Amino acid sequence: MENKSFVTIANLSKEKILYLLKMAHEFELRPNRKILDGKVVATLFFEPSTRTRLSFETAVNRLGGKVIGFADANTSSASKGETLKDTILMVSNYADLIVMRHHLEGAAQYASEVAPIPIINAGDGAHQHPSQTMLDLYTMYQTQGTLENLNIYLVGDLKYGRTVHSMLMAMRHFNPTFHFIAPDELRMPDEYKVYCDKHGIKYKEYTEFNEDVIAGADILYMTRVQRERFTDLMEYEKVKNVYILRNSMLAKAKPNLRILHPLPRVNEIAYDVDDNPHAYFIQQAGNGLFAREAIICDALGFTLEDIVND
Amino acid sequence: MSENKQALQVAALKNGVVLDHIPSNKLFKVVSLLGLEKMSNNITIGFNLESKKLGHKGIIKVADKVFTDEEISRLSVVAPNAVINIIKDYEVVEKRPVLIPDELKGIVKCPNPKCITNNEPMKTWFHVTDKEKGVLVCHYCEKEILMENVTLVK
Repeated sequence: MENKSFVTIANLSKEKILYLLKMAHEFELRPNRKILDGKVVATLFFEPSTRTRLSFETAVNRLGGKVIGFADANTSSASKGETLKDTILMVSNYADLIVMRHHLEGAAQYASEVAPIPIINAGDGAHQHPSQTMLDLYTMYQTQGTLENLNIYLVGDLKYGRTVHSMLMAMRHFNPTFHFIAPDELRMPDEYKVYCDKHGIKYKEYTEFNEDVIAGADILYMTRVQRERFTDLMEYEKVKNVYILRNSMLAKAKPNLRILHPLPRVNEIAYDVDDNPHAYFIQQAGNGLFAREAIICDALGFTLEDIVND
Repeated sequence: MSENKQALQVAALKNGVVLDHIPSNKLFKVVSLLGLEKMSNNITIGFNLESKKLGHKGIIKVADKVFTDEEISRLSVVAPNAVINIIKDYEVVEKRPVLIPDELKGIVKCPNPKCITNNEPMKTWFHVTDKEKGVLVCHYCEKEILMENVTLVK
């Protein structure tokens, strides 16, 4: 049987990405259906992540499926020392699909190799968070009408931010130009720049963040600069207020610019930006529902045709 | 010094395997990697022998032994340029280089403490992405390591 697991975005083809986006679009048109009637989906959150879990569970509920699972490893047998393999195999007896979040890197890949049912990776440590990337792609597609030839500005923590790394990989099919705006300590790691060079992805790097730098942006993707990422707290004090987007910085923005953020934000987008028509991060989070409805249905073997005709 | 005279530095072998051109500084790693210390076969180990190619080299002769593909792939991790000579009746019947396989399963430890392979009773799995430079990528966490820096499982 073909393994329908959704573990990483790095190896998805262009066709597959566009296919899933089309499916997500069908769900945007009509998010409430009965297509998962009789299906049981397990959400196993070995590490808590409230918004990701709510988004997946809402997706199952709105499609008529049932949800079982746990929100925290302390309430599961993992806290008693059960192996991941045993937990996955046990739950596979009950559910048709497992959505899992784990603090260890590669956990979802391993689970997909031992489980007789498909696995969806809802985040494995600092490694991958592919459903976030799908909703980011869907939001770009929805707001720009295409994924081709976009100018994408990534701002903030480009060193540890896994969402920006996954986005690089997923966008390699679409001829983007990336602009990396980050403090020195959190700049894009060399391995990802090598990846860009290898795949012919254009990029520029900046340390300053102002209205002129971002004037050419189609997408401005903000991430949080976290204090705990700095080895030198003096350095943090110097840059903590530099990578904050303020409404006044959007005067020169292109009309089609949309501001995205994986959320939660703390202070990296000033609240005066919220009412600016370029702000789109709340709608972006809402798109998580449609993207995850598509990911779930694809993993369970439903096709785009099934969804269109449903 | 010719190969023949070199061979005379250590006892001749009737049947078995000669592992040649092992860098001297890797010799004892190869010994433990192949678990030679646990074998009951007749084994001769030559250390710091002269070598035109390497300056100094190590050589290992194991009587009445055939190495499996798995053992050879272990060898490739520490001594990728070694040569395996298969001896039958005092003659070299086959001479083959150690080939670096495309994948290494259960041989190398992942250096990432947050990798699932370091926290679950399971085999590690690496893809060899650049044989020339000896670059390995963990199948699970996708961290890259260089072969020269690897730690072996167990």
